Amino acid sequence: MAGSATGAGEASRQGWHDCREAWARTIEGLAEADPNIVVVVNDSVGSSKLGGFQKKFPDRVINVGIAEQTLVGVGAGLANGGKIPFVSGASCFLTARALEQVKADVAYAKANVKLVGQSSGIAYGELGPTHHSIEDFAWLRPLDNLTVITPADPWETAEAVKWAAGYEGPVYLRLSRMPVPNLDIPNRVFRPGHAELVREGTDVAILACGTLVHLAVQAANLLAKEDISARVVNFSSLAPFDRDAVRAAASLGAIVTAEEANIRGGLGGAVAEFTAENMPVPVQRVGFPGFLPTGSIEDLFEAFGLTVTGIAAAARKSLARRAR
Amino acid sequence: MSPLNDTAAGIRAKAGWMRRHALKMVYDKQLGHLGGDFSATDILATLYFGVMRYDAKTPGLPGRDRFIMSKGHATGAFYSVLAAAGYFPEDWLSTYMQPNSKLNGHPNRNYLPGIETNTGPLGHGLPVALGIAIAGKLSRLDYRTFVLTGDGELQEGSNWEAAMSAGNRHLSHLTVIVDRNRLQQGAGTEETNGLDPLDDKFRAFGWHVEMVDGHDVEALLAVLGAPVGDRRKPLCVIANTVKGKGVSFMENKAMWHHGVPSAAQYEQALKELV
Ligand SMILES: Cc1ncc(C[n+]2csc(CCOP(=O)(O)OP(=O)(O)O)c2C)c(N)n1
Ligand SMILES: [Mg+2]
Repeated sequence: MAGSATGAGEASRQGWHDCREAWARTIEGLAEADPNIVVVVNDSVGSSKLGGFQKKFPDRVINVGIAEQTLVGVGAGLANGGKIPFVSGASCFLTARALEQVKADVAYAKANVKLVGQSSGIAYGELGPTHHSIEDFAWLRPLDNLTVITPADPWETAEAVKWAAGYEGPVYLRLSRMPVPNLDIPNRVFRPGHAELVREGTDVAILACGTLVHLAVQAANLLAKEDISARVVNFSSLAPFDRDAVRAAASLGAIVTAEEANIRGGLGGAVAEFTAENMPVPVQRVGFPGFLPTGSIEDLFEAFGLTVTGIAAAARKSLARRAR
Repeated sequence: MSPLNDTAAGIRAKAGWMRRHALKMVYDKQLGHLGGDFSATDILATLYFGVMRYDAKTPGLPGRDRFIMSKGHATGAFYSVLAAAGYFPEDWLSTYMQPNSKLNGHPNRNYLPGIETNTGPLGHGLPVALGIAIAGKLSRLDYRTFVLTGDGELQEGSNWEAAMSAGNRHLSHLTVIVDRNRLQQGAGTEETNGLDPLDDKFRAFGWHVEMVDGHDVEALLAVLGAPVGDRRKPLCVIANTVKGKGVSFMENKAMWHHGVPSAAQYEQALKELV
């Protein structure tokens, strides 16, 4: 079924956006107001949608070339010199190639660096596992001092970028380029470290992040037709980790996690760790199992159950395990 | 094993075949990296049909010459040379990046014969080639190891760590070929993070350097096919190339790094590639 993996047919995707647009608009606005804001890139001006920024502020784009270790090190140096660097590149190379720089120069040193992982998850589709960034949660989550945020929609992307600029400390923003709708939540406030209630429910809790949140909402609607009341929580902050939200989810007795990432060590891993120690309940993890075969984004979402029906099935399974 | 020793004219014909196939693969899938495919095509055709010793039917022979495609994004060129050399059937090329295809966007050695190591992230080929060359020396095998890098790719520090070590170790059987098309993903190499004088850099690291026109098959045969002899240094061949070579509207244009042709552009390009 065409379009089902990403959650809608072509016709109903009006108003859906590639979150990079919100990122680019917001960083340009911030740079206008604050001359200390700079961007650091690795031959990634185009893929970071920074063409407009470069036209306006050519001196404030530091392109180190294809050199990710230097990319992140330079970010730490710029922070030392009083700048507010947004270090932007494909998240696969930014987090994997430069992992030690992220660990030592940024997180351990508490440098005021904002890492912006572009085209995260499996945005690069058939370019394959070298270009997928699905292990980043597992290798960044244990790093002290590093705030890890995966915005779910354009609104949250813009808010997270603004927040990161004002916050003194290391941040990783994991951005997607898969078009998503804005979530329909009244009076939203972006609060890092706090999971956001998207839809109340009493039988099972679906904790999702990034591109999976709007799919989780559709899954909850599907489950409602079977008289299953599913709570949906936007778990955009992986670190700091909102333990209270997980406790509340566990009190329902059944949990599903959903993420565009490897389930080993990501959001599902974090939730499973916490519940196993504190409130053991069934946890079903929706996500990718490991290196993926050749396929488009849509093919891979469908094949591995990162879909409305896949999330709903995981919810039923979690509920069935609770009943036993 | 001995090289196929194709004539220069034969190699040029193979290169034409490869360019047409790469074009079709990328057009059909509407994804790929034609600019870097076309700058590398003549180099690959020369290596596989005039220089390297290998047996495509028994790809694991310990004494084979090795080739490593460090610029792993150029799979249009790499897969077409592997098919032309007989590593797998030509009709597999039409599965390029299709669901569950062995022809992933970047090469995977567990999917296809003839691939020595998985590449895609830039700056991985030369360190692996260094290890292969060290192993050859330890085993007293006289195979040669060839690695093709992009020029933008040389901005990755890993290349220079390996280059330093290869020079120190006098690895005469290691050859790096730099596809010097002077463009990277978004702009020219010199305006991004300049590499010139590239020859002096490699010389300073203990390499013997040759400069060559990377589309002149006779010249490529002369430098790549020359016996190692008593040269006690690794060889760096800086191949001056044109990104998008062979299709007028693609040549020297950054946008054809990963641009994909429309139907009209496809027809036009096919005409120019006969
Ligand atoms: C570590 C890493 N960083 C970034 C990229 C994204 N990327 C793919 S190709 C490319 C440009 C390569 O330029 P060059 O090496 O000159 O290759 P060519 O011109 O031959 O295509 C970039 C930046 C990558 N594949 N790997
Ligand atoms: Mg180049």
